[in-house]
Amino acid sequence: MVQVLYFAWLKSRTGCAEEQVSPPASVHTVRDLACWLRDQSPGHADALADLAVIRAAVDQEHVSLDSPLGEAREVAFFPPVTGG
Amino acid sequence: MSITPTIKVQSDDFDAGAELAALNAADGQTGAVASFIGLVRGDDGLAALTLEHYPGMTEKQLRAIADQAAARWPLSAITLIHRHGRLPVGAQIVFVATASAHRRAAFEACEFLMDWLKTRAPFWKQEQWADGSSRWVEAKSSDDDAADRWHIPADGGGNGRA
Repeated sequence: MVQVLYFAWLKSRTGCAEEQVSPPASVHTVRDLACWLRDQSPGHADALADLAVIRAAVDQEHVSLDSPLGEAREVAFFPPVTGG
Repeated sequence: MSITPTIKVQSDDFDAGAELAALNAADGQTGAVASFIGLVRGDDGLAALTLEHYPGMTEKQLRAIADQAAARWPLSAITLIHRHGRLPVGAQIVFVATASAHRRAAFEACEFLMDWLKTRAPFWKQEQWADGSSRWVEAKSSDDDAADRWHIPADGGGNGRA
């Protein structure tokens, strides 16, 4: 089981801030997870349509989409950050 | 010298004067304190910004950014404060202050902290306009460029093109 979190406009589009999912064994990377999540709902498909504009964190550390999921407990998807 | 940065993530406003006074009083060896305050700028018809963040990761990233600065410059103190929630035009958003024996380290570390915070700290701004509409702010490539000039390899992270 992996806890998946969405922020900013990804949260509005998926309609949820976080959810627990059980991806199949074929999901190896963060990118694989995002592609698999598109099938969860039309909102997910919309939110995760263009991965070029999405950033990710695994267990609260920034990672590239091609990073392995490994033993990740928490994966977050969000747009590039705009704080400061 | 190992220092413990002061990191605060809060919805409440902060008292910049009190924060600076605390840095001045730090250790008797401080010769320079540099600071930066970011405010909500009232662009045409903007009413407020709402800042969303990732609780847990925000504190972790701010601490990592502060540790980078402490490793790179001889600092005697660092304070980072970032607000979240709804902030009207004119409100304070972020406070960064650095203390050192000499001014160059304090100035440079302060600028480094802001550049890195803007591309690494998980905050997202949504603009609320006077006509009731709202819009998520898009990241600027100029912010990535500003962070890149400090030449710290990105570990696949932040706003760097993945």
